Amino acid sequence: MNIVACVKRVPTTEAVAKPAADGKGLDASEFQYMISFYDKIAVEQAVQTKEAAGSGEVTVLTLGPSSGTKEIRECLAKGGDKAVVLTDDDWQSRDARSTAKALVAQLSAMNADVVFMGRVATDRDNAAVGPMVATYLGWPCVTDVIGLEIADGKGSAKVETDAGIETVEFQLPAVITCQKGLNEPRTAGLKGIMAAKKKPLEELAPEAIENQSDVIEVALPPARKEGRIVGEGAAAVPALIDALQNEAQVL
Amino acid sequence: MSKVIVYCEHTGGNVRRASLEAIGAAASAGAEVVAVLWGEGASVAAASAAGAAKAICLTGDASFSPDAVAAAVTEVIQSEDAKGFLAAASYRGKDLCPRIAAHLDVSPFADCIEFMAAGESFQVKRPWLAGKALATLGTTGGVLCATTRLNVFEPVDGPGPSDCSEHAVSAPAKATVTSTEAKADAKLDVNEASVVVSGGRGLQEAANFKLVEDLAAAFGNAAVGASRAVVDLDWRPHGEQVGQTGKTVAPQLYVAVGISGAIQHLAGMRTSGVIVAINKDAEAPIFKVADYGIVGDAFEIVPALTEAVKAVKAQS
Ligand SMILES: Cc1cc2nc3c(=O)[nH]c(=O)nc-3n(C[C@H](O)[C@H](O)[C@H](O)COP(=O)(O)OP(=O)(O)OC[C@H]3O[C@@H](n4cnc5c(N)ncnc54)[C@H](O)[C@@H]3O)c2cc1C
Repeated sequence: MNIVACVKRVPTTEAVAKPAADGKGLDASEFQYMISFYDKIAVEQAVQTKEAAGSGEVTVLTLGPSSGTKEIRECLAKGGDKAVVLTDDDWQSRDARSTAKALVAQLSAMNADVVFMGRVATDRDNAAVGPMVATYLGWPCVTDVIGLEIADGKGSAKVETDAGIETVEFQLPAVITCQKGLNEPRTAGLKGIMAAKKKPLEELAPEAIENQSDVIEVALPPARKEGRIVGEGAAAVPALIDALQNEAQVL
Repeated sequence: MSKVIVYCEHTGGNVRRASLEAIGAAASAGAEVVAVLWGEGASVAAASAAGAAKAICLTGDASFSPDAVAAAVTEVIQSEDAKGFLAAASYRGKDLCPRIAAHLDVSPFADCIEFMAAGESFQVKRPWLAGKALATLGTTGGVLCATTRLNVFEPVDGPGPSDCSEHAVSAPAKATVTSTEAKADAKLDVNEASVVVSGGRGLQEAANFKLVEDLAAAFGNAAVGASRAVVDLDWRPHGEQVGQTGKTVAPQLYVAVGISGAIQHLAGMRTSGVIVAINKDAEAPIFKVADYGIVGDAFEIVPALTEAVKAVKAQS
């Protein structure tokens, strides 16, 4: 099977937001980076799918900076066979459409059976690229998958919606976005880390596509009003009730 | 006045509150709203789409296909010449919106907390980095597609559309929902409830979540939430996790019990109306965002609070 896992390099979840000087983006000077939490689940699912099929190849595909290969090597250490990096040092300011279209251009040439992505990238939080890529390609897509079976060119996925657990059936090729619970991503062993250094990593220039989303302003959320400790222990409960009823009026 | 198509989910013959809020968002920008509904009971539920000038019911296959429905909604947006598309930022809304955006070749916006008119088009405000920053965004695309965060917009207080026309879902289904295992109980979801009571590792073991459940039950309209630490320990399901890798919630009242207030947790709840923290460590970061805090042992405080809330509810 020809399997692709799409990943994104994002600021770590500890990152502190600071608007950039022009107020149109975030100041990235102090960011540390990681592979987006859910994308690690996508890589794991790609590797498990190959293992279950008994043969095949896992390509890790990313659109990101040329300097971001450390995180991509990590994905190779966990079982990816090769990587394709669509290099764009301005990757963080791409909108969902321009990212999706660059991935679509690449995927069209890759002949994948299944493409795994995280359910959302934890920087822009749009949860859009997976279903957009599938729509542009004319493929089925299941989002936020927590259970998956793939066999004989078909798949069956479980997702948790507001109504309950849905079973969704589809044909390959397909795009699957991965939710927590689908699997437990493995940690890379020393052997994997060594092997990853020799795995092919191809850098390509993505298609230039202008952003459509127009950033008007990026600001910090308004600071919360100063709170207070109403007291200690159970003795403070009446004071809390009073505050909730009379001051905050939420009870 | 520009038109906005709002995808409305419905259950039991009524449009869901989250979708009514999405209509409210469109109305707050002065738009003319057309409600689109899919599935059995759609034509009945359409009448409850308060604030929509008209409704269009999608007809066709009895089983839901996200790709076929997205294609049909796109046709409606085009035939109505709408300049906006909104859905609630629920599972369904977040799944459909980017598909529709791709059909229209526009860039979508998820989880918006403001929706404003901008000439013929619209602008949104939405969180970046799970709410650590807020971005105001417009589009150069023809249609602004977005989902609205739950519990943020007010539904319209007014009548629904008086009739419902039909539009057939005609695209072939690529993925199809073949069965739904309904939730065992009609528990409120954390991002829908007006009160959320969350527990963390300070509760020491899974069984002690009874304290949190009892407090939530005393409030009546509350959901139970959790920190990631207790979800990772398998004390609670991931659906209850609040934070950067869980759900983002904005209830009127958020009560954090035995939660330290890590930056990833705060990202998911800091826009709540009122925040109450109960923690034995007076230095816990959760107190920095709390409106009201009680320092002390949750095992002593929470039962007393539950009784006090019950007493208040009994009076009203
Ligand atoms: C990539 C990534 C993503 C993450 N995403 C999330 C997320 O989405 N949501 C999330 O919540 N976390 C997330 N985290 C984890 C986060 O960093 C914290 O580890 C987690 O929130 C801590 O959970 P906690 O507050 O329950 O536990 P702890 O930090 O252990 O805090 C327990 C608290 O309970 C208090 N306590 C103990 N006993 C009592 C008692 N008897 N009475 C009262 N108080 C008591 C303690 O004083 C302490 O403050 C993420 C981390 C990473 C690295």
